[in-house]
Parts: sequence; structure tokens; C-alpha cells
Amino acid sequence: MRPPAAPGVGLDGIIKLAVMAVGGQGGGVLTSWIESVARAQGYACQATSVAGVAQRTGATIYYIEMAPEGSRQPVFALAPAAGDVDILIASEMMEVGRAVLRGFVTPDRTTLIGSTHRALAVSEKVVPGDGIAKAEEVRAAAEVAAQRLILADMDRLAVERGSVISASLFGALAGSSALPFSRDAFEDAIRRSGKGVEASLRAFAAGHDAATGAVPEKGCIVATDPEPTAARLPVEGDHLAVGEADTDGMIGPDALLSDWRALRDRAAVFPVEVSEMALAGLRKVVNFQDCAYGGLYLDRLERVLICDEEARGWKLSLNAAKYIANAMAYDDIIRVADLKTRAPRRSRIEREMGLGDDQVMQVTEYFHPRAEEIAGLLPARWGRRLEANPRAMARTERWFGRVRRLRTDTFPAFTLLHFLGGLKKYRLRTRRHEVETLHLHDWLDRSLARSASDYDLAVEMIKCRRLIKGYSDTHARGLAKFDTVVNAVDLVEGREDAAQWIARLREAALQDSDGIALEGALRTVRSFAGTPEAP
Amino acid sequence: MAERSFKAEVEHLRKGESDVFTGEGILAITKALLENGVGYVGGYQGAPISHLMDVLADAEELMAELGVRFEANASEAAAAAMLAASVHYPIRGAVTFKGPVGVNVASDALANLSSSGVTGGALVIVGEDYGEGSSIMQERSHGFAMKSQFWMLDPRPNLPSITKAVKDGFELSEASNTPVMLTVRIRSCHVTGSFATRDNQRPPLTVAEAVANPRSDFNRVVLPPMSYLHEQDKVKNRWPAAEKFITENGLNEVFGPDEASLGIVLQGGMYNTVIRALQRLGLADLYGETEVPLYVLNVTYPIVRDEFDAFCEGKSHVLVVEEGQPDHIEQQLASYLYRAGRSVKLHGKDVLPMAGEYTGQIMLDGLTTFLKEAAPALLPGNVRAPNAEAPEIPDLSQTVPIRPPGFCTGCPERPIFAGMKLVEQELGKHQITGDIGCHLFACLPPFEIGGSTMGYGLGPASNAAFDGGGERRAISILGDGGFWHNGLSSSIGNMVFNKSDSVAVIVDNYYSAATGGQDVLSSRAQNDSKSTNNPIRAALEGVGVKWIRQIDNTYDVGRVRDTLKEALTTEYAGPKVIVMSSECMLNRQRREKPQRAAAIREGRRVDVPRFGVDADVCTGDHACIRLSGCPSLSLKKLDDPLRDDPVAHIDQTCVGCGNCGEVADAAVLCPSFYRADIVHNPGRFEMWRAGIRMKFIHWLQARRDRIRLRMDSAA
Repeated sequence: MRPPAAPGVGLDGIIKLAVMAVGGQGGGVLTSWIESVARAQGYACQATSVAGVAQRTGATIYYIEMAPEGSRQPVFALAPAAGDVDILIASEMMEVGRAVLRGFVTPDRTTLIGSTHRALAVSEKVVPGDGIAKAEEVRAAAEVAAQRLILADMDRLAVERGSVISASLFGALAGSSALPFSRDAFEDAIRRSGKGVEASLRAFAAGHDAATGAVPEKGCIVATDPEPTAARLPVEGDHLAVGEADTDGMIGPDALLSDWRALRDRAAVFPVEVSEMALAGLRKVVNFQDCAYGGLYLDRLERVLICDEEARGWKLSLNAAKYIANAMAYDDIIRVADLKTRAPRRSRIEREMGLGDDQVMQVTEYFHPRAEEIAGLLPARWGRRLEANPRAMARTERWFGRVRRLRTDTFPAFTLLHFLGGLKKYRLRTRRHEVETLHLHDWLDRSLARSASDYDLAVEMIKCRRLIKGYSDTHARGLAKFDTVVNAVDLVEGREDAAQWIARLREAALQDSDGIALEGALRTVRSFAGTPEAP
Repeated sequence: MAERSFKAEVEHLRKGESDVFTGEGILAITKALLENGVGYVGGYQGAPISHLMDVLADAEELMAELGVRFEANASEAAAAAMLAASVHYPIRGAVTFKGPVGVNVASDALANLSSSGVTGGALVIVGEDYGEGSSIMQERSHGFAMKSQFWMLDPRPNLPSITKAVKDGFELSEASNTPVMLTVRIRSCHVTGSFATRDNQRPPLTVAEAVANPRSDFNRVVLPPMSYLHEQDKVKNRWPAAEKFITENGLNEVFGPDEASLGIVLQGGMYNTVIRALQRLGLADLYGETEVPLYVLNVTYPIVRDEFDAFCEGKSHVLVVEEGQPDHIEQQLASYLYRAGRSVKLHGKDVLPMAGEYTGQIMLDGLTTFLKEAAPALLPGNVRAPNAEAPEIPDLSQTVPIRPPGFCTGCPERPIFAGMKLVEQELGKHQITGDIGCHLFACLPPFEIGGSTMGYGLGPASNAAFDGGGERRAISILGDGGFWHNGLSSSIGNMVFNKSDSVAVIVDNYYSAATGGQDVLSSRAQNDSKSTNNPIRAALEGVGVKWIRQIDNTYDVGRVRDTLKEALTTEYAGPKVIVMSSECMLNRQRREKPQRAAAIREGRRVDVPRFGVDADVCTGDHACIRLSGCPSLSLKKLDDPLRDDPVAHIDQTCVGCGNCGEVADAAVLCPSFYRADIVHNPGRFEMWRAGIRMKFIHWLQARRDRIRLRMDSAA
């Protein structure tokens, strides 16, 4: 039984179908399936593609035309034309966008079947900040441009069923009824291809189901399978009877949990705009160290709250709650060792790698400590002395500064990291802690000093903490950028738009790793601040 | 072995009389060659005709049965030179390569071949790499036909027309003693369809028979005074013979009404695009029945003047549809009209763009403009006066990122350029040239290494101006494909002879990888019909390179970095060549995946590595990505209000190449990477040992968890 011809089937029954894919996604397989089903259903069909270098991870188009077989051979085009595509299949969200951008999706005729998952382009990934393109904008445009829109995470639908995206997209095409062929005809095309048939059919069914939820007229459906939730293995000593809500995401022995509740109650009386972020921050620092450290976090936050007021929407405190927590939970060897030896981490990796019962998993960590990290781990006075002595630093680098590959599924490596991860009490006496604490005070003092005179400027200065991240060179560059931006406060202070300028400088600093955009923005600031180029 | 196997499809090449072949254009061409009694075939791979070479290689057995010789030529020049066999012997030969770059390389041999003239049909099948999806400079091969006087076919892009062009090409070549170039465009090469087959023909004279009865004739040698006679012969005899054959056999086609005031002259390859535009204007039906007369040039050189004159008879407007520039055909036709003193108005590049691909929309716009002037009454009302406003679609040009091609997941070239970038971070920016091949992707972000590409095998040669050395030595890149194509003599020989004080890096991935994984001389695979396993190092030593370093595992980023630094800083003043070898991951996966799956099924111990990132340890600075660009190393937004920036994330397509860990080490990045090895079918002892280890680890973890607070979801 054939469903009635769908809208979009044009003159003489010709159907024009384009597949926009990223090289390596199996667009060729999808195309051959579509050809196969069309020919088997008595259609003359022509497909074209571009093979070669363009397909190496780049954007590529497959194009298919078909018309009912007759006595004469139809003349088909070899490439899609703007405004003349009946069905467009895009195998990634930005390819959906590219299809709309190129005019292949038009409201008078195009059924758009797209996958919402992202395969990020290099240009989105290399940005030190957040360079990810805005999928919402693509979705909004697709809703306007398409006659019918079917969007779902086709990649996940396929991968979860042990297949690849071409199968779920083929299923969605069948489910869309945009082609006048029955579901069986589509499935037969998969069977005829003879490779990985069972998995392909499972993914096909998932894609089909996702599409058949579609509203016949203009509309959009999105498959909303929840992320598979992590099942955490219980560890001895956990108090599982205690509800999560009661401890706000923290677990541990009873005695410590009551300390935690006391801290939590302190944060609960903060202004409602701040309390949620403060609780997240509190969790982070207690997880990093202990409840006493959490108390210190709240002390610091309360100091900010005193300088803040409701009329300002508690912006200063909200940002301080976020960035003080990040500053206090700095990335030292102890933290990394602790995180790498926790039980849930191993379970998470086992899950992600799909470890079976009859398999064994080995985990190798890549460490490359430098003399700076070793000095940071020493007691503050020793560390200071070591850092002041270049020859001793060079020697330390020679002794310790090399690649360490640690197999954390073995006794010696795990024990070493477990030991390092347990040095929390000692941590507060290390050189690193001293450096971090001094930096934090300096930053907080300088920011809060402005809170009365230029509140927005103080908020922007607090936010500059975002620039400090990474390890070794990247960390050093981040610190340098932080200093550059925060020092630029002297240039703009007193101006009405001082806060905007600091925000602009911070955003510029996040655009590239070498600080080129930041340098440009800074030149602008200097030009109107009347200061000569940096010394 | 090539990336794509055509072993199954090749069986269709055995089809005979009154059968139907359905498949890709490339296969149809191969079938047509066999049906037309070809005696020898060869060529050099490159998009869009790479698959033609792959098909020929996979069809070697069938061709051997027919006495047909197949050569995978060393370059396009070598392929064109092979057609010399058709100069003295009545044997049909065909070679294939891409245009216009391959034609550039072949032009020396093509010019000599054209001067000598041929006895047997000589066909050059050129995949014209022009328009969307092309990877080269945008030019036409047409000019080569004009300057060397060989004929050019540009058939309508459907299988019956393309296969007929093979037959016509051989016959035209023989009738006019001139080689013929058959061009197929990117999408025509991969267009699918059907055509009626005929029996394969054994060549009347095989190359084996010919070589047993050698011939020669000094009149065919390009030496004075014979070369002067060749030039005259081309114009006085071969050209008229060709025109006669074209007209008598109706190689060009005319469609549409006999009487009309306007018409379109078009290249055969443009036919479907023109028809589609006419269909959209309501002037043609699905089957190509057109109301506008079309003169389809399946032969685009030479233009037969009489045919054109006849077509123009009674017409006041004629449009020339000729893709790309210069507008050779339009100029030719304009000169015919001018000399004849005719008043026909000639259109072409005035309504269609001078440069760029003629896509569907461009053709529709161009034809509409032409018809508005030539015959407005033909146009449908809504085109003459559009009434409905199309809805405003939001502009996404600032949203959608560009997606140029790049290194595949696990590519062994990635660590080479990561290492180079580290060297540049330490020693400063260097003068670097690229070559042709996957490694040219290094000039794009995130690496941005290399600033030019001058041709296949010409990477080091294009740095020759800097051979004298200086404070910072110049670096050039060369792939193994380019090395054997032209690089050994033009680049390495040049360096040795001129005592170059610069550095050449040879990227050896065991294949001609960018063109689809064909074997080259240094490939490590066993190839039954070709000689492989000839090391690049031996060739380098043979031409006199003294300073050679060989790296057999490019994933060792530290070693890549240190070796490059050594080459850039050594006292040695002569040419320094580093061969960096690791197998193309695309081909390796294709080879190993089935083997691995079989091993796991059979219960053998298999270790499958994959990388991961600890999201809590990653700070989201993306420094690792700026040294990688791997498709499987991506970003993930965390559901954590404390985090502003997305963190690194490795998806399940990771092949465990090791680059991430190596780069994290060599660049001292961060400790968030880990490698997880899943051991399938572990031994009993291994299982027991793993169990003991986990018990111990769990004991330590539980002991600590009894005395501390922690986040429920941490780690």
C-alpha cells in the first residue's frame, strides 16, 4: 500500500532531493539507499555527488532526482538549485543552517529533515572562550523557511542503536511521507545493501518514529530522549537513606553532613538572586577542600554582600559567588589527583567506553608536572625560596619535569595519586595556596574598592576572573590577560562607559589565544585615554 | 589498495549485447572503453576521476583476458606520453587524469603527441575539476586543445551520451589522426544512470602483438623539418577531416523547433542545467522537449562553422552558454558572425557571469535575462511581473561557520603539524611552503602552517629562492604521492644540486591518500600487479641527500618537534630531509576494523584504545584543540552555573591514535586527557589481576569516603 503523494511533488511527478552532509558521515550510503528504493518502486532516478578532497571532514552535497519511469528518459539536473528542492536532508545542525542560507529550503515546497546534533567546525572550537555557533538562530530560520520541518538528534538515535546517522535519517525520510513509497520499500533497500542490516533497521525505526510525530502542516518536532542518567555505584559509607534534597547534592559521613547543613543554611538566607549560585559555589569549594573552607567562602561572599544592594539586583554578589568559588577551587596537583582517583570517575569512564563484564579496562593518565607545580606543592616558605632561585628551579625541572604516564588501574600509580589527592589538610600550607589566596584578595579588594563609586565597573572586574584558566603556559597567558584587563581599569576609571570598556576588553581577550584582539581593543582604549603605547 | 573497492561492480563490465548497465558514470566510461576495443589504458588519479583509476585497477583481470594493458602511470605526463603507442600502431589507447592541473603536467607530452599525430585512436579522458567541490585553481582545459590542436568532447551528462562520446572520440581521432580529449565534469563522473551495453571487443592489434612487430617512421618525429610539416598538416588536413567527421556523424545535436527567432548554443556538459532552467520557465518538459532551439556542442573544439551558420539561419538572438573563462567559444562564434557580416545579436557573458560555476539559479537568471530581451512573450506571466513577495528568511550568514575539508580523525599528519607549531612557538615563524595532498590542510586553522602551493611535487622547489639559508631556514612540505610524482627530481634533486640550506619534510602516509588511497612506490602493502615497498629513504640517498632523518611513528610529537629543531639548528649546511611515516588512518581503519572484529569474534585478546577528557579537570581554554582540530575532539557545554566556557570532549568516533596525549605532554597542556584501553577477551590471569586491583582501589576509595564530604556527581 502506498501513501498518497506528499506535497512538494512537482511537475510530472519529479522529486528533487538534496542531502547536505559532513564528509565521513555516510552520505553516500544514504544516497544509494534512496536510489535503490526509488528504482525498486518504478522510478527513474539519478544521483550525483562530489568525491575527493572536499569530502575529508568538509561540507558536501549529494543530490538525487527521480520521476516515475516512462518510455522516455527524463532530463535531470546534476546539482540542487535555490528555490527548487522538494526534500532537504541535513545531517547536522549547522548544515541545516547552510541549507537555509543557500536558499535550498523554501516555504512553498521544501520538507526539511535535519539532525540537531552538532559536529563543531574548527573555527568554533579554537576560540579560547565560547565560540559555538547559535543553534537557536538556525532553528528559528528553519521554521520560517521550511514547508515542513522535522528536527531531531538523528545522530544519537542512530548511535544508541549501534548504527550511524545515515540509517536514522533514512528512517526519518520514510516517516516524513515526502516520498510516495511505503515503509517496507525503504526497509527493503536497507536489506538489499546487505551490510550491518539489523543495526541499520533499528536506527531506521528510531528515525521513522521521530518523524511520524510531525504535525502534517508547518511545525517542528524534536525528539527529547533524556540524556542517559548516570547510575552511581554506592560506596560503603554513603548514607543513601538521606534524600538528596536534604543534603543538596553532597554525600559523606553523618557528622560532616551536619556541618554541611549548617553551611547550607547560611547560604539559604542570602538574597534569592544569589543563593542558588552561592550554593553551587559552596558545593564546589567543600568538594575541593572541606567545610571549614566552605565557611571561608561564605565569609568572603558576605563581605561582598555588605557592599551590594537589592536596588542593583545583587549583580555584584551573584558574580562574586561564581568567581570566588572558581578562584578558591584552583587547579593544583592535589585537586587533579583527587578527581582522578574518585570512584564515580572510574564508573563514568567504564560507562562511556562501554566496558563489558568479560572485559578489562586500563586507564592511562598524562601528567607533565613542571618545576612550578613542584614548587607550588612545597610548604609556602620553601616554595618561595625555590621559585626565587632560577638554578634550583632548573634543577627541579630536570629532576621532575618530564612526562609521567600513570596507569591508574594499577597499585603503584593509583596509590601515588590517591596519596596526593589526600593532602588536603596540608594544602592550606602550600606555596600554591599562598599565591592563590594573595591573588584572590588583591582581585577582590580592587574590585570592591570600586563598588561605591562605579558599581558596574566593580561587577565587570569581578567577571574578569573568567580569563584565568588552563595549566602551565595557558594559565600564564590567562593570568597575563587578566592583569592587562584589570590594569586597564586605571585608564577608563571615571568615565561613564568604564564598565562597558572592561567588558569589551574581556570579551576580546577570549577571542584568540595570542591576545591579538585584546591588544587591538587596548589600543583603542589608550587612544581615547590619552596614554601612549604600553612601555 | 584504494579507499573504495569496485570489485563487485567490475563484474557488470562483462555485460554484453542487449543488456542494461546501471551505475556510476565512471564505470560506464570503463565499460565503453572495453566495448570499443581499447588496447591499453592508463592515467593518474585525482578528483574527479580517481575512481576511474580505481575501477581500471580493479578490472585488471578482465582487461588481461581481453589483452588490454593497464598502467598506473607515475604522473599525468607519463600517462599522456604512453599514448605514443598510438602514433605508429593502429591501437586504441585511453588515459585519464584531472583537469586542468593534470593537463598542465601532461601538456608537454600532449603537445608532442598532437604534432606527431596518431594512427590508432588516442583518447584523453579529463575529469574537469571546476565549480563546487573542486579542490584546485579555477581554470579550463579548453585552451590546451586550441594551442596544441587536439579535439575536445564535452558530452551531455548522461550515461548514454558519455558512453557514445567514448566511441565517437576514438573514431574522430582515427578519422583525423588527432588525439581527442573527452571532458567530464565533477558531477558527471559520479552521476548514476543506465545505458544499453554491447559486447566487449578484443583489440584487433594488442600491444603484445605490436611490440613483437616494431615499427618506426621518422616523418612522425618532432624534429625539423618534419615539425613544420606537422603544423601544416594539422591545419590543412587533420582539421578539415575532423569537421567532416563531426558533421557527417552528427556528433553535435540540435533540439527544439526548426523555426524560431532565437536559439541557444551550449556546451554538452551544460545541457541538463539549461533544460532545468527552461523547465522552470515552462519552456521545456521533463523529457527535454524544448520550445527554444538548442545547438548542443558535444564537440567544443573545433567549432564547425557550417553547422553554426545553419543554426543561426533566421534567428535574431543567439545565446552562448559557456562555463568558465576565457570565453573561447563565444569569441570564436562572434568572429564567425562578424566576418560573415550577419546581424544576429550574440549573447553570452553579458547575461551570464564571466567567471564561476553555472549553477541552477545562475542559469535561470541568465536565461530569464536573455529571454526578456530576445522573446519576452515566451516567458510566463509571473516571471515578467512577479506579484507574490517571498517571506523574509532570517540571514544566517553570520551564524553558520565555514566547514573546509581537514584532517580526518586520527590522521597521522596532525601530530606532524602539532610538532611544527610547537617548534614555531619556540623558534618563531618560519618560511614554509606546502604541496598538493592532505597535508595542505595544515595551512588552514588551527595550524596555519604554510602559505603557498605551486603544484604537485613542487613544495621544496617553491622554496628554492630561500635555498641560500639564513637566520631561520625555510621549511617545505612534500607528500609521498608528490614525491614520486615529480618531487624526487624537481624538488629533491633541485635541493641537492643547488646545495640547498633548507629543510624538507616528506609526509609519508603509505598511499596517495588525498586522491583515494591508491598505492605508490613506497606503499607498504603487497600489491600483486605493482612494485611497492621501495623506501623513500633509499631514493633520497640515491640522489645524494646526506642529512636524512626517518621518523616511523609520527604520533611521537616530542620526537617530531626535536627532529625538526635539529634540522633547523644543525651546523650542516646542505639539504636536510625528514621522512615522517605513519599509515593514513582512513585506510588503516578500513584495513584493520574487519580484522579486529574478526579477532574479537574468534576470542583472541584485542586491546582497543580510546581517549577521554575529565570534564572537571578541563578548564575550557581549548589550547589542546588549537594543536589538533581533530573531528572527534570537540566541545561540550556543562550543566554547571559556575562554568562559563564549554570544555573539551572526545566523542565515540575517537580511534585512539594517541595525538591528544602526546600533544598534552609535548606542549605541557593539562592533565585532563586519559586513555582507556578496553581489553577484549582478556586471559584468565589478566581478569584475576584486574579484579584484585579493583578490589584494592575500591578499598582505598571507600576508606577515604568514610571521612570526607564530596559532591554527589563529582568526577
